[in-house]
Amino acid sequence: MTDWLSPEEWQAVLLSLKVALWATVWSLPLGIFTAYALARWRFPGRQLLNGLVHLPLVLPPVVTGYLLLIVFGRRGVIGSALADIGIVFAFRWTGAVLACAIMAFPLLVRAIRLSIEAVDPKLEQAAGTLGASKPWVFITVTLPLILPGVLAGAVLAFAKAMGEFGATITFVSNIPRQTQTLPSAIYAFLQVPGGEASAMRLVIIAVVIAMGAVVLSEYFSRRIARRVSGQ
Amino acid sequence: MTVSVDIRHRFGDFALDVQFEAPQGLTVLFGRSGSGKTTVINAVAGLITPDSGHIAVDGRVLMGDGVDLPPHKRRVGYVFQDARLFPHLTVQQNLHYGRWFAPKSARPQNAGRIIEMLGLGQLLTRRPAQLSGGEKQRVAIGRALMSGPDVLLADEPLAALDEQRKEAILPYFEKLRDEAGVPILYVSHSPSEVARLATTVVALQNGKVLRAGEAHDVLSDPAVTPVGAMAAGAMLTTTVGMQHEDGLTELRFGAESLLVPHVDKPAGAGVRVHVEAQDVMLSLERPTGISALNVIPAKVRSIRMGDGPGALVQLETGGERLLARVTRRSVAALGLTEGLELYAVLKAVSVSRSNLGS
Repeated sequence: MTDWLSPEEWQAVLLSLKVALWATVWSLPLGIFTAYALARWRFPGRQLLNGLVHLPLVLPPVVTGYLLLIVFGRRGVIGSALADIGIVFAFRWTGAVLACAIMAFPLLVRAIRLSIEAVDPKLEQAAGTLGASKPWVFITVTLPLILPGVLAGAVLAFAKAMGEFGATITFVSNIPRQTQTLPSAIYAFLQVPGGEASAMRLVIIAVVIAMGAVVLSEYFSRRIARRVSGQ
Repeated sequence: MTVSVDIRHRFGDFALDVQFEAPQGLTVLFGRSGSGKTTVINAVAGLITPDSGHIAVDGRVLMGDGVDLPPHKRRVGYVFQDARLFPHLTVQQNLHYGRWFAPKSARPQNAGRIIEMLGLGQLLTRRPAQLSGGEKQRVAIGRALMSGPDVLLADEPLAALDEQRKEAILPYFEKLRDEAGVPILYVSHSPSEVARLATTVVALQNGKVLRAGEAHDVLSDPAVTPVGAMAAGAMLTTTVGMQHEDGLTELRFGAESLLVPHVDKPAGAGVRVHVEAQDVMLSLERPTGISALNVIPAKVRSIRMGDGPGALVQLETGGERLLARVTRRSVAALGLTEGLELYAVLKAVSVSRSNLGS
């Protein structure tokens, strides 16, 4: 594998895997919480939250990246405060994690929300009468039933994070070995003469990972239906 | 243990205003759909919060006096119409679900006994999807009992089952009533279920208690019968007498007896018989030359004229009560009045298996 890929290409693949993994891991708890809130609670501002979650899906990625720069950049509202305690996002790989997490969030929330909506609230009610408090009902009934949906969403979010380009390059630029993810590397190789071969190798990797993720995600989605019906 | 309920609730045009006490045994909340039965037990379970009122189990306040415990702190076992088993857990895990959340002191010591009583031993490793409707409902009952509840609630637990499965489950509820040691609040609109299971009946109509009391008294009250379906009827408490060679069984009550198709129980065993009002014929003289085997001397206690051509006659015989559904025309033709002595005629075959309980 290392023979086939140049060190620079290999760096980009590894960095992308790291960024996508952290983006998925960090956004999972918030994604489950948001999906649960959207599926089960009626509160003022629910539609606003729904719109906000889906915004990265329809906004031009470069806009999302620019907004991130404004908010989380070194001089940004939140960015400057975080910089005081040593957390920097802009032009770091951590910034790529943040950008990818936000771009993948709608896919994650959507998959989980659908699986929560497939769970009969009457089961949760029954668990309540058996002595389980709300958090316990979630842990012992809801979560096990939506687990395939959570996995489907996570796999999809991971693939999306692997491929994120626009917001990432706007927010953290394209610095080899620091913020040059797989798509950024493909873009960079295409800018220089003779880079086509390198680009093609990375393109193949991107296609394989994306295909694998979609197939895996579909597999988990099919398991939701079976799980909820108890087979 | 006693459950005391006193609640008022209003939604839309419907106003619920209900007070009753459910002693040890099985209390049926009886009435048509829309009479508020399910709302009452949902209020006991804490699934809805009534506008005002007071609910207590043996003095432990579940609601009222500024208290409104969430469902998981009420210690009620709820058997829903749709069993609501957890599909991702095995039968065994479903059964132990509530046990895990129950305080140690309340956990039933006799888990094995509950599994045996409900005949669940063979099902423990299965998943809910592999169970029949009747089996699911038995597991649901077991699951509720295993949580060590102070009161067991059941919302038409048999309504979703076919006749045959109902027959298979009813004996388990009879056992529960006699052996579980937990008061049971049971919602039903089926007169035959009520007659077989109830020790106490609370008849509801339009959100109000029409009549509440011991099952004998309420079921034989002609004022209550319009609440139920056409299949209204009284309940006799009898004991098994002689077994006849031709397959009939004699059931004794007071000085009287009743012949019914074979009852597979030893002499002296208690049997509750649901006698449907439309199966009882009245005769002023002891009829002869008829095929009906049961001719029972009785006395008219009360007569209730229906809105249509029908009338319900309440009879007293052998210390028990019977109901007879006749026409108003017959009431007039026979000159029926309170205190009149006559004969109640009942075909042995009109008492079917489903009318007999323990």
